[in-house]
Amino acid sequence: MAEAITIIKPKKKFSLQDIRELWQYKELLYFFTWRDLKVRYKQTVIGVGWAIFQPFITMVVFTVFFGTLAKMPSDNVPYPVFVYVGLLFWQFFSGALSDTSATLVGNQAIITKVYFPRLLLPLSSVFTKFVDFAISSVILAVLMVYYGYAPNIWGFLILPILLVITFMASSGIGLFLAAVNVKYRDVRYVLPFFIQMLLFLTPVIYPSSIAGKYSWLLAFNPMTGVIQTARAALFNTAPINLTLVGLSFLASLVALVIGVMYFKTVERYFADII
Amino acid sequence: MSQPIIEVKNLGKKYNITHQQGGYIALRDVLAYILKKPFSFLKTKAKSMVGASTKEEFWALRGVDFSIDQGEVIGIIGANGAGKSTLLKILTGITPPTEGEVVMRGRVASLLEVGTGFHPELTGRENIFLNGAILGMTRKEIAKKFDDIVEFAGVTQFLDTPVKYYSSGMYVRLAFSVAAHMEPDILLVDEVLAVGDAEFQKKCLGKMEEVTKKSGRTILFISHNMGAIQNLCKKTIFLKKGRIEMFGKTDDVIRAYLEHSEAVSSTEFQEDTEKSAQIRKIQILDANKNPTGKVPISQKFFIKIDYVVRQPIKQALLYLWFYSRGEILLSSSSADKDGVLRDYEPGQYSTLVEIPAFLFNVGYYYFDVRFQKPFIEDIDYQLNLSFEVSDVRNPVSEIFHGNNAGRIATILEYHTEK
Repeated sequence: MAEAITIIKPKKKFSLQDIRELWQYKELLYFFTWRDLKVRYKQTVIGVGWAIFQPFITMVVFTVFFGTLAKMPSDNVPYPVFVYVGLLFWQFFSGALSDTSATLVGNQAIITKVYFPRLLLPLSSVFTKFVDFAISSVILAVLMVYYGYAPNIWGFLILPILLVITFMASSGIGLFLAAVNVKYRDVRYVLPFFIQMLLFLTPVIYPSSIAGKYSWLLAFNPMTGVIQTARAALFNTAPINLTLVGLSFLASLVALVIGVMYFKTVERYFADII
Repeated sequence: MSQPIIEVKNLGKKYNITHQQGGYIALRDVLAYILKKPFSFLKTKAKSMVGASTKEEFWALRGVDFSIDQGEVIGIIGANGAGKSTLLKILTGITPPTEGEVVMRGRVASLLEVGTGFHPELTGRENIFLNGAILGMTRKEIAKKFDDIVEFAGVTQFLDTPVKYYSSGMYVRLAFSVAAHMEPDILLVDEVLAVGDAEFQKKCLGKMEEVTKKSGRTILFISHNMGAIQNLCKKTIFLKKGRIEMFGKTDDVIRAYLEHSEAVSSTEFQEDTEKSAQIRKIQILDANKNPTGKVPISQKFFIKIDYVVRQPIKQALLYLWFYSRGEILLSSSSADKDGVLRDYEPGQYSTLVEIPAFLFNVGYYYFDVRFQKPFIEDIDYQLNLSFEVSDVRNPVSEIFHGNNAGRIATILEYHTEK
C-alpha cells in the first residue's frame, strides 16, 4: 500500500527534495500559467492582440517623443526598431517582476487551503510573461524585415542565453519581492515607482553609449547587458561583448540564488501570516 | 498492513501572538520605528536573537499523539480555537509544525474548502481542470473522470459558460463534484459542508459515505455537525485547547464533548472589512438583559446579534439553526412572521431574538447564525455558538426528579373533561 510516504517535520530547509517536488508538480505549473493567460486574454476585448498592441503603442509613442521630437541617438539604427528591442525585453522583465511580487498575496485563498510548492506561483507568472514576450516578438520580426535587418548566426544563438538571464533576474528579484510583500503589504505601492525609475536606468529608450565614461555603472543592472547585447546581435551595430553577457549572467544568477533562498526560508510561514 | 496509515507523534504548533493578531505590517512603519528609535529597535532585535524576547507565545496544538489504521473514518471535534483546523493544516502541509512528526503512508488529498482556486472568468470545463490540478490530480486522471464529474454536478449544459454566471448552487455542486472524484488513500476534510443548503449537505454526506464504504479510504473529518460525525465516523478525536482530550468511540466522545463545553455568554468576532456585512458580536442575555451563558428554563431569554452592514444589501435575513446532539432542532429566521425579506442600508445593526421560557428542555444547545440572502449567498455566518438551559423552578422536574425526557419543554394545555 505504501507507495507514497509523506513525512512532515518542523523546519524544512531547501534541499534536493524541493527540486524533485517541483518536478512532480510541473502540471500544476502549467495550469497556473494557462489560467493566468486565459483569464487575461478573456478580460480584454481584443484578447491575445493585447500582447501585441501594448508594446506596439508604447513603441509608437516613444518613437514620436524620444525619437522624432527629442532626437535621441540610437546607434544609427532606425529608432522604432531600436526601441522595440529594448521594450520587448524590458516589458518581459518589468512585467514579470511586478506580477511575481503580487502573486502570493493574489492567490492567498489557494495558499491557505491547499498545499503545493509555493515556488510554482511566482514561476508561473514569469512563464506567463514569457508567452507575452513570444507573441510580441512577432512585431519585432515584422519591423526587422521592414527595415531590412537580418540577425547573424551568432546573434541568433545568443538570444536564448539573453532570455535565460532575463528569466533568472526577474524570477530572483520577483521571488524576493513576493516574499517581502507577504509580510509588508505596502511594498506593492512602492514597486511601480521603483520599476518606472529602473526603466530610465536601463538603456531602453537610449543606447548605453549615451552615458559616456560612466556607462560601466549601467552594467550593474543585468538588463543593461541583455538589451545591449540583443541590439548588437540583431543589428550588427557592435561586436557582441561576451564579458558583459557573462557579468549579466552572474548578476542574475546571484539574484536568483538569493531570491530562492530567501523565499524558502520564509515560505513555511506564508499560510500563517498571509 | 500492520503499520498504521497515519502516525502523529508529539505534534505541536506555536504561534506568536503578534503574528496572530497583527497579520501583516507595513514596511513604512518598521522603517519609521528604526529611524526614530534605533536603539530600542536594536535591543529588541538582540533580545529576540538570544531568545529572551518577551513576545507572547500561543500553542495552538501541543503534544498530540495518535495513529489511524487504513480504512478508518475519524471525526475531529472541539470548540472554536481548540486546534482542529491547525491540526488539519499541518497534516496537509499548508503550515509546518513547530515540533513533532507526522508520517502518512499513501496519497494524501485535502478538502479544506470546496472550489479552491475556482476562477470566475473561466468556464466550467476549464475550472474542472484547474481545480483538479490544484487538488493534486493529474491531467490524465481528470480527463478520465471528466464525464462523471460533470454528471454528478449536473451542469452539462453550462460546461462552456464562465462560472461567474452560475447560480451559487451550481457553483458549489461543481466544486464539490471535482473534490468528490479525487482518489487519494487519505482524505482530509474540513468544515466544507458548512456551505450550501440542507439538501446539498445531505447529498454531499451521501457521496462521502458511499466513497468510504466502497473503497476503504481513510478519512479525517472536521465538523461542527455532530449528526454528520455520528453518521460517518466510528471513532472521534475530541480536541480541547490544543490537546487531545479524548479519542474513542464516536458516541462516547460526543457525549463527553457536549458535557465538557462551557456555555459562554458573549462571543466577539474579528473585524474583516472585506466582507460586505459582518456579524461582530453574539450574546446570550437573560430575562433582565444581563449577559449569561446559562439560562433558567422557567424564564425567557435573548440572543443578541450585533452586526455591521458595509454595503447596501437587498433581500436578506438573519437565519438561526438550533442544534441538539447533532440534530437540527429548530430553524428560525427574521422573516418567519411575515415572509418578507428586508433591505439593509449600511450601518450598525443589533437584533434581539426572544426565546420563550419552556421552549428548550434542560441541557446544552448549539446554534448557528447566518446573515444571508436565501439560496443566493451566505453574507456572513458564525457557527457553533452555545448556551445551557438550567433546571430552575421547573415544575416538570419536581414531578420527574430531573429525568425529563425530550429536547423540547413546551408546556401544553390539557383540557380535561369528565
